[in-house]
Amino acid sequence: MEKTWNNKAWFLVLPVLLLVAFSAVIPLMTVVNYSVQDTFGNNEFFWAGTDWFSQILSSPRFWDALGRNLFFSLIILLIEIPLGIFIALNMPKHGIGVPVCLVLMALPLLIPWNVVGTIWQVFGRVDIGLLGHTLEALGIDYNYVRNPTDAWVTVILMDVWHWTSLVVLLCYAGLVSIPDAYYQAAKIDGASRWAVFRYIQLPKMKRVLLIAVLLRFMDSFMIYTEPFVVTGGGPGNSTTFLSIDLVKMAIGQFDLGPAAAMSIIYFLIILLMSWVFYTVMTSSDADA
Amino acid sequence: MARITLDHIRHAYGPNPVSDHDYALREVDHEWEDGGAYALLGPSGCGKTTLLNIISGLLHPSHGRILFDGKDVTDLSTEARNIAQVFQFPVIYDTMTVYDNLAFPLRNRGVPEPEIDRRVRDMLEIIDLSDWANRKAQRLTADQKQKISLGRGLVRNDVNAILFDEPLTVIDPHMKWVLRSQLKRLHKKFGFTMVYVTHDQTEALTFADKVVVMYEGEIVQIGTPAELFERPRHTFVGYFIGSPGMNVLPARLDGARAVVGNETLALDHAPVVAPGDKIEIGIRPEFIHLGREGMPVRINRVEDIGRHRIVRAEFEGQPIAIVSPENEDIPAEARITFDPGAVNIYANSWRVGAKV
Repeated sequence: MEKTWNNKAWFLVLPVLLLVAFSAVIPLMTVVNYSVQDTFGNNEFFWAGTDWFSQILSSPRFWDALGRNLFFSLIILLIEIPLGIFIALNMPKHGIGVPVCLVLMALPLLIPWNVVGTIWQVFGRVDIGLLGHTLEALGIDYNYVRNPTDAWVTVILMDVWHWTSLVVLLCYAGLVSIPDAYYQAAKIDGASRWAVFRYIQLPKMKRVLLIAVLLRFMDSFMIYTEPFVVTGGGPGNSTTFLSIDLVKMAIGQFDLGPAAAMSIIYFLIILLMSWVFYTVMTSSDADA
Repeated sequence: MARITLDHIRHAYGPNPVSDHDYALREVDHEWEDGGAYALLGPSGCGKTTLLNIISGLLHPSHGRILFDGKDVTDLSTEARNIAQVFQFPVIYDTMTVYDNLAFPLRNRGVPEPEIDRRVRDMLEIIDLSDWANRKAQRLTADQKQKISLGRGLVRNDVNAILFDEPLTVIDPHMKWVLRSQLKRLHKKFGFTMVYVTHDQTEALTFADKVVVMYEGEIVQIGTPAELFERPRHTFVGYFIGSPGMNVLPARLDGARAVVGNETLALDHAPVVAPGDKIEIGIRPEFIHLGREGMPVRINRVEDIGRHRIVRAEFEGQPIAIVSPENEDIPAEARITFDPGAVNIYANSWRVGAKV
């Protein structure tokens, strides 16, 4: 069959192209531009080549932050994905419970990041916070401002509270799309509760789980607002993630060149990791 | 293998059934023989699937009891009833191989692995999927998937009963014949009690020893295909079985005679009916002779369907279908006679008469 090329179609995608150009491509190119030059203000630029990149890649500060990011994302995925699946499995499928649960689940998602940060910042305070003060009263030594472990626990708890709902909602959508006949057949076949999960529910949730893992990985890897509001990256550097470090470098120290180089490295890491996740998780589809 | 007793079963999906209309199953009280092949036939929404799910234990009836070989199983789970059921749309376990799909119900019941292997290989032979045994079930065609579903039911040959819920709907016509005859063969070989839900009368009539016709939540007749054809107990059976269905004409009774419009038919017996009953006569198109003698009809249309013709005519103001052999010519001034033994009398839609 011969294809006819219709160039008019380009006009239809032109508005989107322009929008993407202004919102993504041009800013990205600006960053690329900064990353290979040095400036001392006054709009004067000097060619720096790959200096900034090698400086970033050889700095322990960068690798430490990257390590924290990976560790954080790993913990987030290990908690939120199983927990999300577990909650989704136990949500009602019929009746008045459905809308009630859905609204409850959607609530954390509707709260802006900085508000979530502020809520937990107050919640965890030892002097007035419900959580911090209660723990203190119970004799548990908890202080996210001074103790790095406590700071981590707080940030992780906050993220789990904020984002597990997303996993729940995605999994729930996958679960309700399974026809009743599958459950009936499983009963006839004498399948155990675990077998129903393993051979019916999990395979049917696979696609939404892929999306959930991708979204949660990318989001947790880019986390900024909540730890910035709660801990400000501290105590010390213990919760300084790449994004926080980046902002410190760009805004705090006004090192535009290194910051731009770091953004590009950061961006490439996320791109690469997402691609790896996607390829690994869809590869089982291909074999037959 | 078991005799299935349905003891005054009623079922409503709503919580507080008041009138008969709230019941998906009005009242079913029958005994089905051990090793019988039953077809449940009826239009959509007549309660076939409800009855099937009650037998398999997926549904608990609102009233009544189910007994297998005289033992009450009403409160037993599906698993404890040892039933196999095949659904209308294929249910397969995507992530398993074809072999594992068939082995799944056996493994869940702790059948020893060599026995599983023997039975699964046999079944793969029967459903013609031996070459696919180690493939993932996910990418197969709908036909193949449904064959796996059938196989998963049939691989358990020690079950009390196998229930089929319109299993061949998604199968292409040629394969339908093949699978249906294989099912019949398996039924003869293993002798399980088989219940087969369908809305396709050909499927029901060719498949089953006994056809159970359901209508509006009730079983209106259980009989052999011949009984359903010759003596439908209910006008619905007459209309539903046969192609075209039985002609049902409003009539009046006068002793051993039935009066339709201005015409009078002599009957071979005098039916007993209560005054005020709605009386109809039923006559199959196959038992009406078209010729130059008898009662006048006006012919509207002739459909030639190959082996014979279907003549659509008007008789005493009522539409009537007549089956006329291919080689007989249809006179211009057509007249009809009825086979005297083939006229059924219905009072309020139920058959009355000497012969049962």
